[in-house]
Amino acid sequence: MAGGFAEAGADLELVGITKRFPGFTAIEELNLTIPAGSFFALLGPSGCGKTTTLRLVAGLEDPTAGRILIGGKDVTTTKPYQRPVNTVFQSYALFPHMTVLENVAFGLKRRRIADPLGKAHEALRLVELDHVAQRKPAQLSGGQQQRVALARAVVNRPALLLLDEPLGALDLKLRRQMQIELKDIQSDVGLTFLHVTHDQEEAMTMADTVAVMNKGQIEQMGAPEELYELPKTAFVANFLGQSNLFTGTVTNSGKESIIVDVAGTKIEVPRERAQRHAGEVTIGVRPEKLMLHTSAPKPTPGTNVIGPGRVNDVSFSGVSTQYSVTVPKLGNVIVFAQNMVFGPVVNDGAEVWLAWTVDHGFGLLDDPADGPRFEPDTDTKSIAVQRREKLEEELEEA
Amino acid sequence: MAFGAFATSAPVVESAPRRRSKVALLLLLPGIAYLALFFLVPLVSLVLTSFQAKTPGTDIGVYEYAFKIENYGFVFSTYSEHMLRSLLYAVVATALALLFSYPLAYFIGVTLRKFPLLQALSLTLVIAPFFISFLLRTLAWKQILSDEGPVISTLKALSLLGSDAHFTGTPGAVIFGLAYNFIPFMTLPIYTSLEKLDLRYVEAGSDLYASPVRTFLSVTLPLSAPGVISGTLLTFIPISGDFVNASNAFLGSSETAMVGNVIESQFFTSQNYPIAAALSIILMAAILILVSIYVRKSGTEDLV
Ligand SMILES: Nc1ncnc2c1ncn2[C@@H]1O[C@H](COP(=O)(O)OP(=O)(O)OP(=O)(O)O)[C@@H](O)[C@H]1O
Ligand SMILES: [Mg+2]
Repeated sequence: MAGGFAEAGADLELVGITKRFPGFTAIEELNLTIPAGSFFALLGPSGCGKTTTLRLVAGLEDPTAGRILIGGKDVTTTKPYQRPVNTVFQSYALFPHMTVLENVAFGLKRRRIADPLGKAHEALRLVELDHVAQRKPAQLSGGQQQRVALARAVVNRPALLLLDEPLGALDLKLRRQMQIELKDIQSDVGLTFLHVTHDQEEAMTMADTVAVMNKGQIEQMGAPEELYELPKTAFVANFLGQSNLFTGTVTNSGKESIIVDVAGTKIEVPRERAQRHAGEVTIGVRPEKLMLHTSAPKPTPGTNVIGPGRVNDVSFSGVSTQYSVTVPKLGNVIVFAQNMVFGPVVNDGAEVWLAWTVDHGFGLLDDPADGPRFEPDTDTKSIAVQRREKLEEELEEA
Repeated sequence: MAFGAFATSAPVVESAPRRRSKVALLLLLPGIAYLALFFLVPLVSLVLTSFQAKTPGTDIGVYEYAFKIENYGFVFSTYSEHMLRSLLYAVVATALALLFSYPLAYFIGVTLRKFPLLQALSLTLVIAPFFISFLLRTLAWKQILSDEGPVISTLKALSLLGSDAHFTGTPGAVIFGLAYNFIPFMTLPIYTSLEKLDLRYVEAGSDLYASPVRTFLSVTLPLSAPGVISGTLLTFIPISGDFVNASNAFLGSSETAMVGNVIESQFFTSQNYPIAAALSIILMAAILILVSIYVRKSGTEDLV
């Protein structure tokens, strides 16, 4: 049994992990290394295997194949209570027959850590719930229960903390506050956090490394900026923020850049930002990188221009305005423009050209022939919950 | 207009609870009538009988209403041994039934969760003995456990028992019979609470460094406590008053007589109704006291 508080985080290594449920493969050949003391966020659509990954690490599920190493030690066959790991469960799983305080002190008591109640109170103060310490979980609101679940895991200061959407039920202000608390705890002791979230912004702001998971595999992994600025697959490009994607044939593969012919329009992409350099490729650019022009801009080197197209939708969202532009043969293109002036720069129905710096474009790894891969197929949640979450996500993005 | 609205809404708000309580009363009526007729009336009659005195100059079995409190004194001095024996047997048999039933209920309610068909089949097997009369089952055990029966003779043949050893008629046989007969009453309520047990709590326990034993004691057992409590009550109460297993004709002997046997013989053989009634009332009071202590203890006791 892991005794005492962790002095520092432990690194986590998953080697060739596969998890098959009867008739369903949830995780396929997953390889993942999380360095000690890092804040690692796992993003992905519902049902892609995030919870299953955490359960495998916690020891609540046995892998079908592969090994799990925590702090260099192989724990694949170790029982959950012997692993230096704590989990904030997606379903909270607070013991209903114990008070909030007893819940939080539970892990400390099991490890015979001095003054469990004092430390439990301290953890409850951290999540601003010390005043309900004597209540039963059923007497708390959903968000309060979630914070108790957070306190119950964090209070143990494990070398590796697994967080399964630990802030999902909180309002924005409280969520920001808890994010800061979590980040503080993590960096103070240098613990390793493996954080599952649906909130991209949360993943981007908190994590050192973000991994996007899809259908039981890690699609792409890296620093948040890297992932956002240079997505490698259409799935990542659309899951993290929005992207305008075009499919075309490479007509010129130069040393610095490649030229792609998209339905007659030539688009240039820097060579090192493109994953494929020949044949049919998908390229893309983020909506905020696009500039609207009301007259055809002069072709200049280092700039891509498409158009003319027609604005078919303008929606104002505070800091920026979202324009939807229909470009013949290229389809719909989304543009985010900062609101530097009052009102939209162009109106619905206006004729516009779109331009962006070549350096902002990216080329994807996907073979366009495979079609889009970003629809999650299976799910752990009820349809109503999914729909609500989708709505909330959309609201948040807006 | 606004005042009018308030005026009309006020009585509606007030009358709603009253109407609801009337409906509740109406729905409770059959239950109350049943209790009055079949519990209260017999209870009062029993209390009155327990104070009756023999009508002077009459034959056996004729009594008149009196306030003969000495009946209780007589019962206490004569039958306290039977009383204590009953409660002791009941405690031991209930404990045995619990020890047997909990793992069984856990197996059916938790382990077999993934196999609904096997689960249903096992439950049926638990209830199956009920299809055969209680008396027949107990008689069958008497045969099986008798000195010439298969169990004892085998044990004797293996020299695990002396040649003059016997089992029927001993307290062990009575307790065995009691526990056996009431096991379904223990298993089913425990099964019901274990079947609902959310295994995520057990997982949370193991995630928080609790060994399987510790998790069982701190999480599984307290969460199934309602089933354990109702199971023990459903077993303990009828066992305390049982008069079949301990009787001569079944698994007992005169040394194992319980209160139930005494009441039976007082009532039917000696026709001493006041003594039988006083015994019943004392037994009822004893059970009531023990059960309320138990329920209070298990309700507030911190099992963690
Ligand atoms: N015990 C199980 N038996 C069979 N399939 C399972 C089991 N547990 C999970 N799955 C499947 O494995 C897949 C991954 O589930 P998982 O809970 O890891 O998803 P998730 O990424 O956490 O989703 P969400 O964001 O909705 O929580 C799902 O398709 C789910 O249906
Ligand atoms: Mg999940």
